[in-house]
Amino acid sequence: MTLLDIVLFLPAAGFIIGLLLPRENVSLIRNYTIAVSLLVFAASLGLIGPVAANPGGQNFVTDTVWVEYPAIRYHVALDGLSLWLVILSTLLTPICVLISWKHIQHRAREFYAFLLLLEFGLIGVFVALDLFLFYVFWEVSLVPMYFLIGIWGHEKRIYAALKFFLYTLTGSLLMLAAIIWLYNKSGTFDLLLLVDMIQKGRLALSAGESFWLFLAFFFAFAIKVPLFPLHTWLPDAHGEAPTAGSVMLASVMLKMGTYAIVRVCLPMFPDASRQAAPYIITLAIAGIIYGALVAMVQPNMKRLVAYSSVSHLGFVILGIFTFTQTGLDGAVYQMLNHGISTGALFILVGYLYERRHSLEISDFGGVGTAAPWLSTVFVITTLASVGLPLLNNFVGEFLVLQAAMKVNILYAVFAAVGVILSAVYMLWMVQRTFYGETPDEVKRHVFDMTGREWAAMLPLIVLMVWMGVGTQSFLPPIAASNVMTLELVQPPGAAVQAQAAAFKPDTEASHAD
Amino acid sequence: MPTSFIPTSADLMRLSPDLLLTVGGTLMMVVEPLTGAGRKARMAVIAALLMAGAIVLSLLAYIDPGSSFSGMLVVDGFSTFFRVLFYGCGLLTVLASIDYFKRERGEESGEYYALMVFSLAGQSLMASANELVLLFIGLEISSISGYIMAGYVRDDRRNNESALKYFLLGSFATAFMLYGVAWIYGLTGSTNLDTVRRAILGGTLDQSHSMLMIATVLIFIGLAFKVAAAPFHTWAPDVYQGAPSPVSGFLSSVPKAAAFAMMLRIAASAFHPMRAQWEPLLWATALATMIVGNFAALRQSNIKRMLAYSSIAHAGYMLVAVTAQSEIGVAATMFYLAAYALMTVGVFAAVTLVASKGERFVEIEDFAGLSQRHPSLALILAVFLFSLVGIPLTGGFFAKFYVFMAALDANLTWLTILGLLNSAVAAFYYLRVLVVMYMKPAPEGTESLEAPSMAIRVTLLASAAGTLYLGIFPSAVLDFAGKAAQLVR
Repeated sequence: MTLLDIVLFLPAAGFIIGLLLPRENVSLIRNYTIAVSLLVFAASLGLIGPVAANPGGQNFVTDTVWVEYPAIRYHVALDGLSLWLVILSTLLTPICVLISWKHIQHRAREFYAFLLLLEFGLIGVFVALDLFLFYVFWEVSLVPMYFLIGIWGHEKRIYAALKFFLYTLTGSLLMLAAIIWLYNKSGTFDLLLLVDMIQKGRLALSAGESFWLFLAFFFAFAIKVPLFPLHTWLPDAHGEAPTAGSVMLASVMLKMGTYAIVRVCLPMFPDASRQAAPYIITLAIAGIIYGALVAMVQPNMKRLVAYSSVSHLGFVILGIFTFTQTGLDGAVYQMLNHGISTGALFILVGYLYERRHSLEISDFGGVGTAAPWLSTVFVITTLASVGLPLLNNFVGEFLVLQAAMKVNILYAVFAAVGVILSAVYMLWMVQRTFYGETPDEVKRHVFDMTGREWAAMLPLIVLMVWMGVGTQSFLPPIAASNVMTLELVQPPGAAVQAQAAAFKPDTEASHAD
Repeated sequence: MPTSFIPTSADLMRLSPDLLLTVGGTLMMVVEPLTGAGRKARMAVIAALLMAGAIVLSLLAYIDPGSSFSGMLVVDGFSTFFRVLFYGCGLLTVLASIDYFKRERGEESGEYYALMVFSLAGQSLMASANELVLLFIGLEISSISGYIMAGYVRDDRRNNESALKYFLLGSFATAFMLYGVAWIYGLTGSTNLDTVRRAILGGTLDQSHSMLMIATVLIFIGLAFKVAAAPFHTWAPDVYQGAPSPVSGFLSSVPKAAAFAMMLRIAASAFHPMRAQWEPLLWATALATMIVGNFAALRQSNIKRMLAYSSIAHAGYMLVAVTAQSEIGVAATMFYLAAYALMTVGVFAAVTLVASKGERFVEIEDFAGLSQRHPSLALILAVFLFSLVGIPLTGGFFAKFYVFMAALDANLTWLTILGLLNSAVAAFYYLRVLVVMYMKPAPEGTESLEAPSMAIRVTLLASAAGTLYLGIFPSAVLDFAGKAAQLVR
């Protein structure tokens, strides 16, 4: 049993034990959950060292039989690509406990148990290397989120929860068909083995076959990302979820989709990926601009942040499908950035909701005088989100735009429009919410941040700055594992070219820092 | 040619579970009128003991597998799998019924348990007979007991309707079946499945012989009625809705599984040479059944009726595996039936509890706030519902997974994709129950449930544990099914 197994199964054990606690004793349940989640986080920090030493390879490997026939294996491991996403999940879970502390009194036992189950599913998705196991975690993470939205959400929560569940399920069932198809052809579910077999030609897929398989996987992932025009579940799910649900959904769950594209689609179907790239990039850019434009006219803060996610995730997809080292590095980095800054935005919007019991921008105004610290933190987060230099999002967006420029200047031009628009809608929201006249309602209800609220926000603020200026603390493992991915995705004759391409932008990227 | 009509000890051993149930059931019928009022619930204990005994005997009989009574009856992995499944589900149903009949009819329900014992004897014949007439007899024993059980609460009008519909349509179906058997006998001169197979293979009959096609279609129609496959499914919703809840659970699991066992054995032995001709028929039936079941279930407000349509849809998924007509397909169907039987018995046990006296609370809306009123019951019901959706770590997921794996293996790509999309549709109506249970508060003045008895708790816990077991450690059951599927050939 490796440390990774412990990090993975601790939340699952925590979930089961959590369900057995007495349900009246809310404070016991809260203390228990924060203890478990902090323990998981502490344990997960131990993963960083070994992975950073060998980011291109697989670390903490456990590979044993789960089901003999069909050959399903419990195969988990960690590399540079999955490392930070696991840490992101383990970091945000205790933060979600903190922000729900006062707000969730109703059916607290189930709430905190579902948070832990969600953590289990999310970590599992990022570490599974057996496609079947991957699918299991993919679905397992769906169930707690469904309940989190449906039980503790806002008014239209049930509609939103159902929509979320059915969208994801439809996509993932097609993925299941593709997984079974691959198994029937190859006799294995093991991702690394499958990639190896395909690359070496031992598993011959016709062009048509690999196109349809790519599409089945990509469709499932694109719904999760969500790629325009499959995003319609997201504003509802985000808008209606409780704060903790929105945070986990935006910060980690959406990354399941982009992570899986890099982990599964690219290495397994390099040709199909390259052929589909122009179309996918077009959709991504459409999403960047569409998301930004719709965000601009949202009267509801949560839905505004939700649409901004559609826009930001478009950048990630754009970066991935440039098939360059810079683009991929930027995309993965942007996954983490979005996790931190959008998670923080949802938390802050949640703070405002707890005070004013409204999410409508028009119900606020002049919060800056009523709650100066809250406003300061909000403004910092906003600036991070719009990509101000020295804060985290800037690095990711810069790398992606740089890579897009190399591939096709038009991509970069249109994507850059999205950056500008994001400044427009975010700053406009800040202006309407925090400046101007302070209505009586706001004066009466909106107080400044409490200690518990600081404790939840501080780590995120630190990370926004750290990831903005100390890129080198985070990027090397990502870049190393992206080198491996890119080797697999390049066309056979282009190995030399690929190395050159991988080398050159890398140096430029370090200039950018 | 049989040399002697005197059964050997091996013959008797292979028939022993059926013998035990038939003799035991008959004795129960005799003893029941003599038992004083207020003591008739003891019949449940006797029935449970008989079923447990039958499980032991069928396992003992499997030590020395083979055919008996001149090839009329076969004890192999396949029949043993189904025998144990049927008796096990029978046992769980008996435990779930005790409360129900005490609640609905006081203490005077002894012959119900005897009927269930008879019914199981019939189903066990359906899984182990290798001979069309014996299969038919098994089907009749199973069905006739089922008709009475469906109408057991005589003074309830819903029960009457249910029993009458079940009886009329059921006898119609068995007539088709019997007519088909007669055609087969006329064509091949035998009703033994192996002999029929040899006759078809032997070339004395042209395989596309139109008369043979008519005969197989007649038999298929009879079986399709019994598994409630579209377009022969129309009886199922009325019957399941009207019958006592534990009986609905029984009827939608065990007789259905027995009819599937029969279908698998016939398709894999006698008519295996004709698989190419069967395929379009099965393909279309599977697709129609999934679509009809799922889309009709979407619009139901009564939970028993919704579960009835869902059981039609599940028959559709299983028909997908039958369509594959391969060993993997047979094994997948067997696994599916086991998982499905467990979750269905469990779901209906939960419905029994929530429905309360007189089955007043059987609308989906009546489950509102169950997670608050009765958290543990809601949690168990949630396990069954997620299993019916096919979420990982439950038996229903592996069941679906194996079914579609078998289908893709047989190059049924479109059927697989349509089946998977169907199961996404299905998720909607199961989730609706979860929504009501977990996300809607109970209306003011909702009566609290009476405390469940130990017996029904055992049913609920055992079927939930079984569902999770099949979802986390499916190997043992699937291995057994895989080996049993080879014996069918």
